[in-house]
Amino acid sequence: MILVLIEHDRGSLAPASLEALTAARTFGDAVEALTIGDTADGLAADLEAYGVTVVHQAHDDVLGDYGPEAWGEVVAQAVRALSPAVVLATGTDRGNEVLAQAAARLDLPFAANAIELRGSADADTLDMTRVRWGGSLLEDASLTAPTKLVTVAHHAVDAAPADTPGAATPSLLAVEIDPSLARTVVSGRVEREAGVTLATAPVVVGGGRGVGSADGFAPLQELADELGGVVGCSRAVTNNGWRNHTDQVGQTGTRIAPDVYFACGISGAIQHWVGAMASKHIIAINTDQQANMVTKAGHAVIGDLHEVVPAITAEIRRRKSA
Amino acid sequence: MSDASSTVPSSAKVVIIGAGIVGNCLAGHLARLGWTDMVLLDKGPLPNPGGSTGHASNFIFPVDHNKEMALLGVQSANQYRDVDRSVDCGGIEVARTQERMDELQRRMTSATAWGVEAKLLTPAEVKELVPFINDEIILGGFYCPTVSVVDSLDTGTLFRNEAIETTGMQVFANTEVLDIETEDETATGRQRVTAVVTDKGRIEAEYVVIACGVWSNRIANMAGATIPLVPAVHQMADVGPMDVLVETNNEIGYPIVRDMDTFCYERQSAGSMEVGSYAHRPILHHPDEIPSNDEAALSPTEMPFTQDDFDPQMEQAIELMEMLGDAEIKYAINGLLSLTPDAMPCLGECPDVDGLWSAAAVWVKEGPGMAQVVAEWMTYGYPRVIDAHGADIARFYDHERNDEHIWARASEHFNKTYGIVHPAEQWESRRNLQVSPLFSRQEEAGAFFFQARTWERPQWYESNADLVERYGIAEREVEWDNRWWSPITVGEHLNLREHCGMVDLSAFHLFDLEGPGAVEFADYLCVNKIGPVGRATYTPWLTPDGGFHSDLTMQRVDDDCVNVVTGVFDGGRDLAWIKHYMPKDGSVTVTDRTLDYSTLGLWGPKAPALLAELTDADLSHEGSPYGGIVKVQLNVATDGGTQLIDAALFRISYVGDSGWEIYVDWDDAPKLWDALMHHGRDAYGLRPTGGGVYGSSGRIEKGYRLQGAELESEYNPLEAGLDRPKVKSADFIGKEAYLAAREAGDPEVLMCCLTVDDDHDSQGRRRFFQGGNEPIMDLDGNVIFDSHGRVSRVTSATYGPSVGQQILMAYLPRELAEPGTKLQAMYWNERYPVTVVGTDGPFDPDNTRLKP
Amino acid sequence: MRICVCVKRVPAPGSKINITADGQQVDTTNLGFTTSPHEECAVEAAAQLVEEHGGEATVLTLGPAEAEEQLRYAISVGMHRGVLLATADGEWDPQRTARALTTAITELEAVDGPFDLILFGNESADAGGFQVGIRVAHALGRPMVNGAKGLSVADGAASVEREADAGRETYSLPLPAVVGVKEGVNLPRYPTMRGRLASKKAEVASNQPSADAGGLAEQVLKSPPERTSQTIVLGTGPDAAPAVVDVLEELGVLS
Repeated sequence: MILVLIEHDRGSLAPASLEALTAARTFGDAVEALTIGDTADGLAADLEAYGVTVVHQAHDDVLGDYGPEAWGEVVAQAVRALSPAVVLATGTDRGNEVLAQAAARLDLPFAANAIELRGSADADTLDMTRVRWGGSLLEDASLTAPTKLVTVAHHAVDAAPADTPGAATPSLLAVEIDPSLARTVVSGRVEREAGVTLATAPVVVGGGRGVGSADGFAPLQELADELGGVVGCSRAVTNNGWRNHTDQVGQTGTRIAPDVYFACGISGAIQHWVGAMASKHIIAINTDQQANMVTKAGHAVIGDLHEVVPAITAEIRRRKSA
Repeated sequence: MSDASSTVPSSAKVVIIGAGIVGNCLAGHLARLGWTDMVLLDKGPLPNPGGSTGHASNFIFPVDHNKEMALLGVQSANQYRDVDRSVDCGGIEVARTQERMDELQRRMTSATAWGVEAKLLTPAEVKELVPFINDEIILGGFYCPTVSVVDSLDTGTLFRNEAIETTGMQVFANTEVLDIETEDETATGRQRVTAVVTDKGRIEAEYVVIACGVWSNRIANMAGATIPLVPAVHQMADVGPMDVLVETNNEIGYPIVRDMDTFCYERQSAGSMEVGSYAHRPILHHPDEIPSNDEAALSPTEMPFTQDDFDPQMEQAIELMEMLGDAEIKYAINGLLSLTPDAMPCLGECPDVDGLWSAAAVWVKEGPGMAQVVAEWMTYGYPRVIDAHGADIARFYDHERNDEHIWARASEHFNKTYGIVHPAEQWESRRNLQVSPLFSRQEEAGAFFFQARTWERPQWYESNADLVERYGIAEREVEWDNRWWSPITVGEHLNLREHCGMVDLSAFHLFDLEGPGAVEFADYLCVNKIGPVGRATYTPWLTPDGGFHSDLTMQRVDDDCVNVVTGVFDGGRDLAWIKHYMPKDGSVTVTDRTLDYSTLGLWGPKAPALLAELTDADLSHEGSPYGGIVKVQLNVATDGGTQLIDAALFRISYVGDSGWEIYVDWDDAPKLWDALMHHGRDAYGLRPTGGGVYGSSGRIEKGYRLQGAELESEYNPLEAGLDRPKVKSADFIGKEAYLAAREAGDPEVLMCCLTVDDDHDSQGRRRFFQGGNEPIMDLDGNVIFDSHGRVSRVTSATYGPSVGQQILMAYLPRELAEPGTKLQAMYWNERYPVTVVGTDGPFDPDNTRLKP
Repeated sequence: MRICVCVKRVPAPGSKINITADGQQVDTTNLGFTTSPHEECAVEAAAQLVEEHGGEATVLTLGPAEAEEQLRYAISVGMHRGVLLATADGEWDPQRTARALTTAITELEAVDGPFDLILFGNESADAGGFQVGIRVAHALGRPMVNGAKGLSVADGAASVEREADAGRETYSLPLPAVVGVKEGVNLPRYPTMRGRLASKKAEVASNQPSADAGGLAEQVLKSPPERTSQTIVLGTGPDAAPAVVDVLEELGVLS
């Protein structure tokens, strides 16, 4: 049996979890899910389409909001109780953190960010290809354990419903959580304003060193606004203090996967590329036709972004008003 | 619409490989000179392909003791100014030691010679310009207000764009050269370049120029050529920001400081200070070790900083500028630059491959100027802006072109980048690469060897130390004047004038031109007429513009054979010149005979009598006339018996006393040495005599010119005083220009000899000129320039033992060339009174010693 | 307060990472080495906390002897001393690394007293295991939150902020605690020349760790498939705008 950790935020499903569910089915074993906290009980219905047979639901006072230690403890107890062959989650911040917490508690190995899993779930050893260097390199690795704890790299798998839906039968998992683990439960939160985030935006307008200044991002913001997208940037930009690090796309910033990524004045260093490579379509705007980003993009405009970007915005407005 | 630039054209007249400062400027200069059909390639992206240009320190300190480097530095600085990519921030070389203060006096002298404004500063004056300097640890500074900081990337882009706009040059970045194809050029034994193969296609080309910086040798190797340079690390660290610098609004508000005694510089870069070092251990890399643009963390030539190497420099930097200690090290690299075996660039056509040109080992500070040199070379057959013989890639011999040599020499001179280098300074590494057949005898005689390129030549013989006492010769007072010098040289000189001396000339480079077209071709090379069999011709070889390329003798040894005899410093250049111009139809062959023959010079009043001990041939001026070659057999037996060797006696003199150059088989040379010593040592006062006499005191007392010193391409035979009354009817290289110069009438300048009237300095010490471009001035202290901007400077200097005065050689405007004219000459920033002797030397002006 | 920062020496590659012929490691022939970016920020966080609260910061690493370079770098930017767990057999798996670090920290604490805060980077730049800090925290029985993009200490607790899809979360961890820091939490300072020179004289202890291997084993490294794109150049300069918008319409993002 494959047990998949369903990530959610106080009851709202993290779509990334569907990628782990999709990957889990490739073993051909039964796929069961684990939801943590009673706020997530309603998610069971959403999981049917993904072929989940049973949804294990863990309830405890400590589980009202996310807490890495408490969640990790739940997974650990689930492993002890259910003896899954494999536990999967998607390699998000939380997915990796929770499985690492569970692994620590179980003293089992854990492999983060696999992109391909090979062999039978029940074998002693699970072979896989996993991401190193944020995706600049891959590693063939083997994980030897009675229960294999693995995350699937975010965006490595396209989430898809199962050919045959599962019953997603709810089943209460008895857990006993030390109340002291409340010490790492979210204690406060500044909710994000409504709107898209860098990680989820359908369009990202990214700027690099070529933007030249903090003010230089204004036309990029205008274009992003026009397309319902957000602005991103390269590491050079945050290092120069032109944008906040929250806007940084890259290995140490945010991984993005928009429908369209405008790479404006971005040379395409690997640090940035691994954060942007899941983009479905890239349009590069650069003065240098030979820039890495240009050669990796599907489309390119050779020119000064300060002239090209406003022209695109104007053209969109013109067509919209026509 | 698709990527139109993904394939290269199938042919072009010129393919330039490398879009750094050199390749870009070269393209621009070629365009200005009318070239079209050009392609520029680089493996990296534009505008910064990742070579040394991208991280260069970008400042120009336009003072150098070397004329080529100094004037091309000024020339380059002006080209950066012309495109408005230059800021004159000034620069100061500070001295921490007295030895360095002395060197700064020399720097003042050189700055004066090149017309570069400069002055010496007290520590307090330095602090006025650089308030954050610790003036307590410096003794003074050398300030040059025209030191500039340039934008080499932008300048390169402008030159490149100029070529694109005016000639339609095609540029391909991210294009890797995979091979350079060549074909055999049978007549010369060289290859001829035919095409460049890239990852975007093959381009047939007539000219291929390698301007690939640190990668140049690897690219040249593809064509079977070598460009002897090695990528070497120059460490740089950018520290800051610092308030005092930020307050200048990111302009360059303070002069660059060169902390000469610690081999380090501090240059403002916006709000930060860039600290660069030439003090660390030499760190060399093979070109194959340089990562690609993709593999490099920063760029290929910004290699990982090896911190331990830089630590000592930090302490010294903080000592000089306290504020550096607390500033953040934002960026630090092991930056790569190119070093050659002799610290000079590699310019010109590769001697092994026709049509393959090198524009390499050039730093940003001289980039545009050196590019102009190569562009003119390709256009006019030789550079016009300056004689680039010191940078001519053909100067290297085989021994100098392998990695072992390149690495050893680069390692040796790296730490001399800011060093105090004596004009006669000798190398420590890679000695005895090429020795004469007399080497063991010379060692026995205590020879002190100077190395001329690869050749070891005795400068003087310690076994002649007794002559110092005999002639009462004193050591020199100032150590610098004494360095790489011995009073024995004076003893050998006086002995030769009184008795005779024997000079090993085995380092002469000999090339046989043979075949039905040999004589005609030989005549085409030289100004003077090739004589009949048995005659030698002393003659210039001119550049197409009529300046000196070479100055040598050509011996007509047979009906269809002319032997070219040239000096060791020019052998490579002259052979390349021959191959460049020789007929490609097979009517002439060229053979290097350098190692087949050895030459011994025998001169002095007793030379004829001594030589007569070995032969019964008629050695009188009738039997062996001046300029004539007589083939004889010499009896070299030292036991009273008979042992004959073949010899050619060439009556000529470069020292002003009668005698011969004696040519014998290489292996026979020791027998000749032994025989001459056997017969001559006691009976005729013969002494082995070194280069200090032959190349310097003996020569200069007579005012004989030397290629590379007095004779350079900026000067023509009329100015050098080497023109003849008539011009031969046959065509020769530079004839048109030579005729024009003759028709123009009296030359504007004349090569002159001057004597130093009083050689005492302000401290009462006798000083001795080194012949290192010291400026000649009028009595008001004005440096003398002619209408072409050529400065009157000391091209050679010596103490003339036979005239008891120092003798200087310099070009002077005609009106100052009159004998007796009083002028001044600068040495170590002091002026000495001098008097013009005339166009000939002061010793034996009537040549009585050379006549019957 | 007493802080321990755990760092890892990693190569500083360019945009293309070469692999040795045996596929076992990154070819570092032409590469310099650095500290994982997240850990540079952890070092900076420790330096700032010590500046604010007083105390001492120790930097700890497990790796080859050459990792002393990274310890001295950390010292040059504000750490007080370094401890090197010198391995000679290549990269250790996450469990083994965590076990060795736990042992070392326990020993350090036995001598000099407990650390109020132990900092890690969110994940190492090279292996990206996302677990060593968490394992150490669990072994020491201390609270741990990864991914900190804000960190402060007051009243015996570490306040940690991190970014999540829903917004900025706050965690309050009672000390002693362990925190995994993410780039963006601060902008690490560069060493000063004086800092660098002083770091050469600082104390760096070295010992050979031993720990049992875990269950994750690297077999071979490989490069990801090259993403080569036949780039269609839509034009040059602002004139290309209509062509760009045509593409946007085709892709259906212009609605």
